[in-house]
Amino acid sequence: MANPLKCDLCAKPATVHLTQIVNNKVHKVDLCETCAQAKGVTDPSGFSLADLLLKASLNPEQPTTGVRCEQCGFTQNDFKKHGRFGCPSCYETFKGIVEPMLDNMHKGTTHTGKVPQRALERKSLYDRLTKLELDLTEAIKSERYEDAARARDEISQVKQSVSSPPKSAR
Amino acid sequence: MTIASLIATPSELTDSASSKTAIVLMTRVRLARNLAGSAFPGWAKPAQREATLETCRAAVAATSPMKRSLNISIGELSELEKQILVERHLISRELIGAKSGAGVVISKDQAFSVMVNEEDHLRIQVLRSGFQLKKAWNAINELDSALEDHLDYAFSPTLGYLTACPTNLGTGMRASAMMHLPALVISNQMEKIVRAVNQLGMVVRGLFGEGSDASGSIFQISNQTTLGESEEEIIKRLHSVLQSIIEHELNAREKLLEADAGKLFDKIGRAYGILQNSHVLSSGEAMNLLSLLRLGIDLSIFPDASRCVIDRLLIEAQPGHLQHAQKGEFEPGQRDLLRAERLRAEFANFVRPDFTFSNSTGKN
Ligand SMILES: [Zn+2]
Ligand SMILES: [Zn+2]
Repeated sequence: MANPLKCDLCAKPATVHLTQIVNNKVHKVDLCETCAQAKGVTDPSGFSLADLLLKASLNPEQPTTGVRCEQCGFTQNDFKKHGRFGCPSCYETFKGIVEPMLDNMHKGTTHTGKVPQRALERKSLYDRLTKLELDLTEAIKSERYEDAARARDEISQVKQSVSSPPKSAR
Repeated sequence: MTIASLIATPSELTDSASSKTAIVLMTRVRLARNLAGSAFPGWAKPAQREATLETCRAAVAATSPMKRSLNISIGELSELEKQILVERHLISRELIGAKSGAGVVISKDQAFSVMVNEEDHLRIQVLRSGFQLKKAWNAINELDSALEDHLDYAFSPTLGYLTACPTNLGTGMRASAMMHLPALVISNQMEKIVRAVNQLGMVVRGLFGEGSDASGSIFQISNQTTLGESEEEIIKRLHSVLQSIIEHELNAREKLLEADAGKLFDKIGRAYGILQNSHVLSSGEAMNLLSLLRLGIDLSIFPDASRCVIDRLLIEAQPGHLQHAQKGEFEPGQRDLLRAERLRAEFANFVRPDFTFSNSTGKN
């Protein structure tokens, strides 16, 4: 072992060595003095090994695809550069690179915690409303008046539950 | 509420006289949340950031814990005010470094703070003095649900709350405790503890693995992972890890007293002498001396009631607070003189140490 360890973030000799075991996998981060300082390893308020592990796992030599997030224009190269995503839709767009990463990073790969129930209900009502309004237009266009009447009834029902305050909707 | 009146009021953290706060000074739970359909702050255009800031500030201010809160954008704060808020754990250094369109809403009692456009659209946090993980989670859960009435969160049924960084996915929750562990530091056991805690999927922040310790033997222990477990499970696991760290600290204290009580008392007595008489004190040295006095309180060398004085000083000896109290700009060297002066005044009438009754380790 003649070669001293190199810093994971730049290429200078590493003097700070951190080891962590998550899900029986050993993760090592080696840093030079400068990067350790810059990353707040010596600052009690702001150091996250998870962030370092993330950065170290973003191997710049790995080939990237030209995929771009339709919602925000983010690319895989942007992720390599920032270690953060561009918008919530990026998780769908970059599923392929997120999934293998999660296994390494977290206790599990599926959310089992809190669900924003009220926000989701609200969203599903709005989605429903949009669909019903589409149905209504279609029905009128093709002169299916019974269907149109049904859609109109349902729309007023949904609208009523949307406009009532979410607290009383429980 | 204005920033001036907030700064003039002591923080939640400094209001902790009871012996319940002996080892765990403070509990904190933070949730990362984002708005559906908007780019994350780091990738959003300035106009989008401004729009998010406006939406979120209004929604946060409308919740009941945030009645008469401080609701301010980062651009409106002076450098010193920012530093004071960081020293009180109400905002992060990242928020200060954020681009335009960042802000914070802080409750009147400084228990809740919501950062807008930090790494995520929302970073909702609650601080509680002492060891109160479950209570802190209940409080933040309630505030989060109230916000949900007004905001559409980015959420996926499989990945949970969607966050800018994949390390926060799922619950988006970081629960932490700030612990005072002087005996583990003195007996060189911190490295071992850090390793053990890491293996349990928890993180220790603070200075470790080095000879010197400038953080007053105070460490933050928090969960590392956020996905694959419910909030309650994470809290439960963290709780038991903290409980076992407390036991290790108490054992270490007992061992130190058994092995050489005189040596430990000497450290505490000298710390008392230096705080009463020194003329130059760096922030690091002050923290370590205050830490030793805090240990003295746990060992009944000083009365329990003086713990809140020490906890207040642990914050007020920080550069930002010191500068604010002295009303002016100071070089670090000058600050060390001022700090010593300030602490001399505080300790001039501090109760004298009594080494005769110190046979307990702070266990009761
Ligand atoms: Zn480096
Ligand atoms: Zn995107």
